[in-house]
Amino acid sequence: MFIHNLRLGAFSLRRNPLLTALMIMSIGFGVAASMITFAVFRAVSGDPIPHKSSQLFVPLIDNRGPQYNRKGEPPSALTYTDAVALMRAHKAERQTVLFPVAMSVMPGDAHRMPFKAIGYATYGDFFPMFDVPFLYGNAWGTSEDEARGAVVVISRALNQKLFGGENSVGRRIILDDKEYRILGVTSDWDPKPRFYDMFNDNAYASPAQVYIPFTYAIDQKIDTYGNNNCGSDGKRGEDRDSWLRGECVWISPWVELDSQEKVDAYKQFLQGYANDQRRAGRFNWAPNNRLRNVNQWLDYQHAVPPESRISLSLALGFLVICLVNTIGLLLAKFMRRAPEIGVRRALGASRADIYRQFLAEAGMVGLAGGVLGLLLTGLGMFGVGLVFEPQIARLAHLDISLVLLTLLVAIAATVLAAFYPTWRAAQVQPAWQLKSN
Amino acid sequence: MLQIKPILAALKRHKAGTILIALQIALTLAIVCNALFIIQQRLDRIARPTGLIETNLLTLQNGWVGVDDKSTGPLVRADLQAIRQLPGVEDAIATNSYPLRGGGWSTGVRTNPDAKKSEAHTTQYFVDDHALATMGLKLIAGRNFRADEVTEVDPQGVVSASQIIVTKALADKMFPDGSGLGKVLFVDDGTKPSTIIGIVERLEVPWNSSWSDAFLDNAVLEPYQLTGGYTSYMVRSKPGQLAAITKSVPETLFKLNRMRVIPSERGVRTYDMVRAQAYKSDRGMAILMGVVCLVLLAITAAGIVGLTSFWVGQRRKQIGVRRALGATQRDILSYFMTENLLIGIAGVVIGALLAVGMNLWLVTQFEMARLSLLYVAIGVVALLLLGQGAVLAPAMRAARVPPVEATRSV
Repeated sequence: MFIHNLRLGAFSLRRNPLLTALMIMSIGFGVAASMITFAVFRAVSGDPIPHKSSQLFVPLIDNRGPQYNRKGEPPSALTYTDAVALMRAHKAERQTVLFPVAMSVMPGDAHRMPFKAIGYATYGDFFPMFDVPFLYGNAWGTSEDEARGAVVVISRALNQKLFGGENSVGRRIILDDKEYRILGVTSDWDPKPRFYDMFNDNAYASPAQVYIPFTYAIDQKIDTYGNNNCGSDGKRGEDRDSWLRGECVWISPWVELDSQEKVDAYKQFLQGYANDQRRAGRFNWAPNNRLRNVNQWLDYQHAVPPESRISLSLALGFLVICLVNTIGLLLAKFMRRAPEIGVRRALGASRADIYRQFLAEAGMVGLAGGVLGLLLTGLGMFGVGLVFEPQIARLAHLDISLVLLTLLVAIAATVLAAFYPTWRAAQVQPAWQLKSN
Repeated sequence: MLQIKPILAALKRHKAGTILIALQIALTLAIVCNALFIIQQRLDRIARPTGLIETNLLTLQNGWVGVDDKSTGPLVRADLQAIRQLPGVEDAIATNSYPLRGGGWSTGVRTNPDAKKSEAHTTQYFVDDHALATMGLKLIAGRNFRADEVTEVDPQGVVSASQIIVTKALADKMFPDGSGLGKVLFVDDGTKPSTIIGIVERLEVPWNSSWSDAFLDNAVLEPYQLTGGYTSYMVRSKPGQLAAITKSVPETLFKLNRMRVIPSERGVRTYDMVRAQAYKSDRGMAILMGVVCLVLLAITAAGIVGLTSFWVGQRRKQIGVRRALGATQRDILSYFMTENLLIGIAGVVIGALLAVGMNLWLVTQFEMARLSLLYVAIGVVALLLLGQGAVLAPAMRAARVPPVEATRSV
């Protein structure tokens, strides 16, 4: 019976071709607009590290005080002083601090030009904390951090470029004019948005290629390639040492805390630390710390660009209008067939039969609209590059789940829109129709 | 207009269709108004002048390799000398940043060194005496830097300069009671006074995000040549020579010194490319919104055509009766036009309220500006006209229904 209804539905699409075409277009455009923006939205608002996002935290300390901070919030990174103090206190199971570095890579082959590789100066805990996968070798450990060693972990892409993809663990590499020993090669790893480096607007930057020990980077006076925020009271100082000791923030801190007790304990520790600084005369305000997990942090940093949120809202409105339109057109289409319904009812069709038939017909319209929507969505994906930065556009693509979702939304929305017209159709009185004929 | 009463009576019997059309007009108005408003805002942003003369301007990003950050000064000087001597080059500078580049320096400024809070935010451009000519800035008061005022400094050793050139916007903000020329400002941590020796008409900050809009036109030029690992060059070409120097400048730089990296992506860009890339999202957003509006209006029109056609078909017999009773074709036409106008008016009234409400929501969610009522007015007129246009074809078909239809059964 269901198949029969579908067949009837498909058949009736060919009657009133104008109304049918209008409906299919309406649904197709509505669904496509929503899906394109949804794909972008999904790409930029996903959880970058789902299994651990509630265990990784950014501790922040207000080193500016109520007079200079922005809206009562501590700055989004730490000073060198606070970063070192946090690492020394070692109050979390795992912890790291990091800042971006840009290094010139000297290829072994003298004929090739040096090129720039972007990466991070960090602690060995970085890799297990963020579950960085390794192709060869492994991360460095606490001993290398403490020994302030010239070791490096490189990305698979850089390994490919320099060593043709073979296992390069133990080999040497020259970055800026220093020699480093390669300890590990990561597999492709590039969480989006790059939650661990939001301070530098690097959320959608191309993947990091080198990781070196923070301690070694400080010894070698390697500059941050990221932001350096000294605040409006910033005492930048006159040389590197006074800058390092000063109140400019430029280091992103992370700690891993796997239970609520540990979170509370860490908050206590931050409170105590800020109080110590107050007693020491560095701060003259009440402790003002934050401890946000990954999702709270992304939210606070507005990781989702407003463009994609505005267009998502507008596209949803667009879908609603197309559905209202569809309701009207379906109503017209169904009511045109009032005489036919009357005859069928008079011949013994129940209301439920009418419901089944018309909803099946709406389903066919939805399917056709969905197919059109799919084509338009595919087309729109090319256009995404126009609206958003290429780094984001690259993330939004038409995959199987999006194809299924497009069809599902189209059919579900159309069937939903069809309820009212179908109800009206089912109300048609058999006797009245027969009489009027 | 005498037909309003019978129209209302007829509409009461087609409540569902009437409400659907009105609702659709209302929603369309709300979305189109806000979309047009977003488009206008984006276009305004894109049209903002940077203060530079943007034609014949080339930018380069240079990273040094294997050189200590503090020792890049002579290298930069050699580069500049070589670039300035190239045929086709008018002038050139090395700078930390330039408008629409996206990254740069910003700091607070104050007139009173003891003030707790800075009075304004500004960007800092570190340049030499060739900056005004290269960037094409318009000096409206005071003088340019002299060559002997320019000193070399490394990025971490920057202290406020003795002489600075500021933008008019910053001067007016700091000294609202007259020209700031010759007055003293405290840039950065406010320990050393900087005398304003010149004022330029306009110069934007390097960023074009919403957070920097608050100090978009506040800029300070300081006579410093920065050392450090990275240098941006700006080169002004002689008219018609831009394409030639886009090739010759990087070639010359590599010939001079190979220990450098000029990124393949965004390393060498004409200023037109800088502008296009900086406003890519804004332009794309305007295009997307424009397409959405057009399609939306088309779909709304199609919906009106569809439903009115249905009504006309349903009422053929009644129309025939009216025609038989003496109604002219004109009467029938104006009946359907008036009917649509009434529905349209109901729709736009609700839609105008929705548009304003939606804008208020966008304002709270995205810190957008308030919707100007002009947009609502334009949208109202546009939708009423659209409705009248859409109803024209089915109404004309209705008008052609012959009186004899009255005698036929359906």
